[in-house]
This record gives sequence, structure tokens and C-alpha cells, in this order.
Amino acid sequence: MNIVLFLAPASIGLGALGLLAFFWTMRSGQYDDPKGDAERILYDHLDDKPPSGAE
Amino acid sequence: MSHGLALHRDLEAFVRRDDTGRGRLELLVRGARCAGCISKIEKAVRALPGVEAARLNLTTGKLAVELAGKTADPGQVLETVEDLGYRACLFDPAEADAAQDREGKELAVALGVAGFGAGNVMMFTVPAWAGLFGQELTPATLTVMYWMAAIVATPCALFAGRPFFRSAWASLKRGKANMDVPISIGVILTLIVSFSETLLGGKHAYFDAAVTLLFLLLIGRYLDHRLRAGARSAARDLLALQTPVAMRLLDGAEQGIPVAEIRVGDLLAVAPGERIPVDGLVEEGASELDNALITGETALVPVAAGARLHAGALNLSGRLVMKATARTEDSTLAAIARLMEAGAQARSTYVRLADKAAALYVPIVHTAAALTFVGGWALGLGPREALLRAAAVLIVTCPCALGLAVPAVQIAASSRLFRKGVLVKSGAALERLAEVDHVVFDKTGVLTEGRPALIDAPAHLVAIAAPLARASRHPLARALAAEAGAGPVAQDCVETAGQGVEGVIDGRRARLGRASFVGVKEAGVRETELWFGFEGDVKIRFAFEDLPRRDAGDTIGKLVALGLSVEILSGDVEGPVREVARAVGVAAWRSGLTPVEKAAIVDELKARGRKVLMVGDGLNDAAALAKAHASMAPGAAVDAAQNAADLVFTGEGLGAVIESLETARDARRRALENFGFSALYNVVATPAAMFGLVNPFVAALAMSGSSIVVLLNAARPSVGRFRR
Repeated sequence: MNIVLFLAPASIGLGALGLLAFFWTMRSGQYDDPKGDAERILYDHLDDKPPSGAE
Repeated sequence: MSHGLALHRDLEAFVRRDDTGRGRLELLVRGARCAGCISKIEKAVRALPGVEAARLNLTTGKLAVELAGKTADPGQVLETVEDLGYRACLFDPAEADAAQDREGKELAVALGVAGFGAGNVMMFTVPAWAGLFGQELTPATLTVMYWMAAIVATPCALFAGRPFFRSAWASLKRGKANMDVPISIGVILTLIVSFSETLLGGKHAYFDAAVTLLFLLLIGRYLDHRLRAGARSAARDLLALQTPVAMRLLDGAEQGIPVAEIRVGDLLAVAPGERIPVDGLVEEGASELDNALITGETALVPVAAGARLHAGALNLSGRLVMKATARTEDSTLAAIARLMEAGAQARSTYVRLADKAAALYVPIVHTAAALTFVGGWALGLGPREALLRAAAVLIVTCPCALGLAVPAVQIAASSRLFRKGVLVKSGAALERLAEVDHVVFDKTGVLTEGRPALIDAPAHLVAIAAPLARASRHPLARALAAEAGAGPVAQDCVETAGQGVEGVIDGRRARLGRASFVGVKEAGVRETELWFGFEGDVKIRFAFEDLPRRDAGDTIGKLVALGLSVEILSGDVEGPVREVARAVGVAAWRSGLTPVEKAAIVDELKARGRKVLMVGDGLNDAAALAKAHASMAPGAAVDAAQNAADLVFTGEGLGAVIESLETARDARRRALENFGFSALYNVVATPAAMFGLVNPFVAALAMSGSSIVVLLNAARPSVGRFRR
């Protein structure tokens, strides 16, 4: 039973990590241009980093 | 539109500068589709002096350009993009700020938090369900599981529920109860009861239900927001493409400014093909104006120095310098804007389908919950068990499916319309459109093409005049040239603004233009005609008419078949209106109406209980558009009309009107089906909760089950569409 005391926080922590990652993707503007990103990632000569001006 | 002239214009007003002097410029680019376009545009713009970075957003079509200092020329950026073959226009910095989607971001964050909560709370509640059915889970372990669930669910629910709590509070302050009131009460009460049950070591805690409910509702809320935000930004882009930069003259130099920044007394230059930005007087130059969008008149109006100009008129033939006599806010628009405001207010009192359902649903559910509590206690259940059952009633009836019922249907309907070139500005617009029983059309530019076409001219005469017509930019001459097709162009052409064009065809001097210019003395000449003649020879007359759109007659026929009555309200003179009404088969028409009269007629129809759909494109229609129950405007309409309209349709035909009506009616049917389903679900679930047959497991199943059914119903393809 004691294992639950370890597993429960661990799994919530992993979930929270996912949530933080989601916030980060939002803040860095990764949903701003789905169409453009799909094209940019395929070519070397295109800048495929997130836009610098994203708030 | 500003092509070719942009290089010598100062467009600094469109650059947003920060403290260090670095600037940011936004352009709307049309026509970019692939990686090749991105690469071409970004490379060319980055190569310009003073440009630090350029990035094209393919989804929104915005090109963001970072400028290092004052050396960069915004006009050159515009020019560069247009030279690559894309249509581009500057985006007003104020508009760019408004385009930031803060509400959408907040909803997305709330949705993320609710999703996290709903997913993780299940780790504890699924084992807890095992305890409900007598499996090997001791009461102590059950309580531990519930505490853990509480730790995850409570902060998530309180955070993710904020949009609902806020809206419910605002609604209560106005003395009304919208759908968010039962949602908020349900969520908060659920949390309180679950805490007290967990403290008392009880078996029924609904932490998972509270947060899952919010997750499902936020999906609906987010879809609804996406629909509105998407349509709004598309509408804004249409307007940005249409509203040109106003050119202010300062010491002889042209300086581009957003139209909103024009002040009284400014000298403005208006090139041929541009619209008059504000009311004013002509200082120098002569030209002809197309007033079709303001008054609905098809005849062209010649203007010269001293003439009065109305905002929105299209300058056709010559460059005009004008002095602004009004700011944008108090141009001709003022009276119309006031009427529009009144209309918009009337419209904001429209009660949406979901709120109508809520008005019916909230009292019933809350009475049922109260009865359960009072009745249960009176019948000897004890206050704790009675409260638990009352909470169960609120939880199972929480309008999860109701919250999804309408937005899910509307987003499906409006994305279907979007693919057909119709922008829906809000979900409420679709609901109102579905109720319409009377359609009012404007004539010019709606039922008709809105541009002149040559009528009854023998081909050999057209061919003789065509070389001269090809040299002119005048709309009538262009219509003539279009009729003749490709061919030779006359030599030594000189165009006199407002008069005509003169040139040499096969060695003979010829003129094409107004009767007086060509040398015809005739009383009562019409504005919609052109004369042509070789020097000292017979003069030929070409007549033009604004012909009805090809599918106008068809559309009217279909509307009548759908059971709607149709009427034409036009600002044009009687003759052309009668012609068009006859051609498209409409018996009821009125001509020579002022904007105020149009709005008054719509009001009168409303007073008689008719639900009016107004279809118009002009400034003179804007007030009527705002007052009508629902309204549509073509993409070529003036900005005021587009702002006032619920739906904006691009493309050539009027078929969009039928398409939109049918889609709106279909969406309404679906939404009602979804309500029917929700009602059925509640009829079963409420008694079950009252009699204590619901436990957290059943509540979770019932809630997600009903939401999924509603979503599937919204997404299924239309049966009627296949039948047709």
C-alpha cells in the first residue's frame, strides 16, 4: 500500500510536467501558424524556429 | 491598389516603434500557399535595407517585418511583395492589436488545466469505484483515494471554471439566469458536498464529475470562441484589403496614414480606383465618381474643383486632391452609424437558443433539487443523505450536453459555409437566419453585378471602337473593351478625366467618351452611355446597363420555393429598378429610397411580426442591415455594410444566400434534436438521482455518454444534402 504514496505524486508530477509543456508551447506561439509550420519543417532553407515576436 | 506609387510615399504611420527605435510592420499577404511562397517572400523582404527579420504566417496571411531603424522604407516592403506577384496591403497597427486573441488563449489554458485535472483525477476515482461495488477496497483506502482526488480536482476545477463563474455572476447581476448559473452552482455545490462526504468518510464524492464536466463544457466554449474569432479576423482581413491607406499631402509630399487618423482640414490625394476616405471638398482635379455603394445609383457623377465628396464613393478617372471636412467618425456615416447602433442594440436583446433552453431548464432543475432535499428529509432520509441526493440531481442534470448542443452544431455549420466562401460572424447570426421569413434585397451590386455591361451593340461597331476603349481605365470603356476581347490599341491616346479618350486608329483621329466630348449635341443624354466617332464622321452610341447577376432569378425562385417572400428596396431611380425587378421576377419593389427610409421599412416589417433578412452592400443599406433580424453582405460591400452584416459572402453568385439559409435551418434542426436528446436524458437521470440510484460511477458514465451523443449528432453529415 505504501507504494501508492510514492506512485501517486510521481504520476501527478508527470501529468503536471505535461501541463507545463502545454503552457510553454502556447506561450512560444507554436499554435499560431499550423499551416506554415507544416511547410517550414520540410525544408532546410526555411526558418523553422518559433517566431521571435511571440508573447 | 497602391502599386507603383508606394515607393515615393511615406508610410511611417503604419510602423509600431518601441523605445529603442526598432519598428514592427504588419502586412496582409494574399495568395501565398506553400513553402516556395514563404521562402520567396521572406528572402526578398529580408534583403531590403534596414529590415532585420521577416516572417510570414501562412495560416493568417500576415507578414511580420522587424525594422532595425529609420532607414527602412515600409513602402518598399509593400512594393517588393507586390512585385513577387502577391496581393499585399498594410495592416493598421491599431487593428493588429485588436487581432490579438486574448480570450482564446485564456480559454485554451483553462481547457488544458481542466484536461489535466480530468485525466489525472481518474487515477484515484477509478480505484474508488471498485469500492462502490463491494470489491476489496477498505473504507480507509477509499477515503485516501478521495483526498487525493480532491487535491487534484479542486484547484483545477476552480481555475478552469473561472470563465463560467464570471459569466454566471454577470448574468445574475443583471437579474437573469443564463446557462452558466446552473453550471457554476452545480460545480461549486458538487465540490462542497464531495468535501463534506470525504470528511465524514462517506462513499459518494464527485470530484471527478466536477472537473470532467468543466472539461467537456470548455470544449464547447472553445469551439464557440474559435468560430467567432475566426470569422472576425477573416472579416477584418477583407476590410483591410479594401480600405486603402489615405494619402495626406504635407508640403507637396504624400504621406500614408490610416484612415482613422485623418483630421479636418487635411489635404488628401485620391488616385483613380481608390475610394474617397472621408467627406470633403475637391481642391483640384476632375474625375467621375461611382456612388453605387453610397446611394445605390448606377449613374456616374462628374466632379471638379469645389464639388462635395462623400466618403465611400469610388474615384474612377482622375487624380483628385481633396480637403477633409469631417473626420472619419463624423462623415456622412454619422447619421447612418446612429441608426446602426440602435439596430445593434435591438439585436443584442435577441435571446439565443441555448439561453432560451436555460430559462426553461434552470428553474425546473433547481426546483427538482430543492424538492429532493426537502422531500427526502421529510420522508425520513436524514439531512445528509437528502443533501447528497439533491447534489446528485444537480450533477447528473448539469447541462453538459446542453452546453455542447449548440456550439458543436454551429461550428460544423459555419465551417461548411466557410468552405463555400461565406463568413459567419457569430453563432447567434445562424440562429436568427434560420428564423427568417421575408427577404429584402438591395438592387445595385447585390441583385446586379454592380458594374456596367454593354447592351445591344453590333459586333462590328464594337470592334471599331475597341482600340480606343482598350487605352482607357474608365469602367464603361473597360466594359466595351471586355466585350471586344483582345486586339490592337489605338496610338497617341490622351485621356481627359471626366470627358473621354482621344487617339489615332489606323491613321484616323477618333474620340470615345461623353456626348459633348465626341461632339454630339443632344438633350437628355444618359450617364450610362459612351459615344464614339472618327473626326468628322458619324457618331455611334453605346449603351450600358448594370445587368442582374446570372443566378439572381434562380435564387429568387428558390427563396419563394422555400416559402419566403421577397422584396427589393433600392436607392436607384424607378426605371432601372423596375427593369431588374421584372428580370429577376420580383413583384414587390420600391425605388428612390434614402438610407433612413430603408431602415424605416425594415422596422415597419418587424413591427408587423416579420423576420427580415436584409441583403445589401451599400452605405445606404448599413442601417437597414443592422436593423434587420439577420443580414448578409457581399465581400465587395463597403466596410460599414460588412460590419453591420451577420454574414459576408465572397464569390460571384447569390447562391450563397440559399446555401446559408439552408445550412442555418439545418443547424437549428440539429440543435433542437440535441436539446430533445438532453431532455430525454434528464427525464431518465433526474428520477434516478432522486431515488438515490446514482453513484459517482453512474454519474461519470451518464455525463460523458450524453456529451458524446450530442457531438456525434452535430458531426454527422446532413441527410438532406444527399437527397438533393
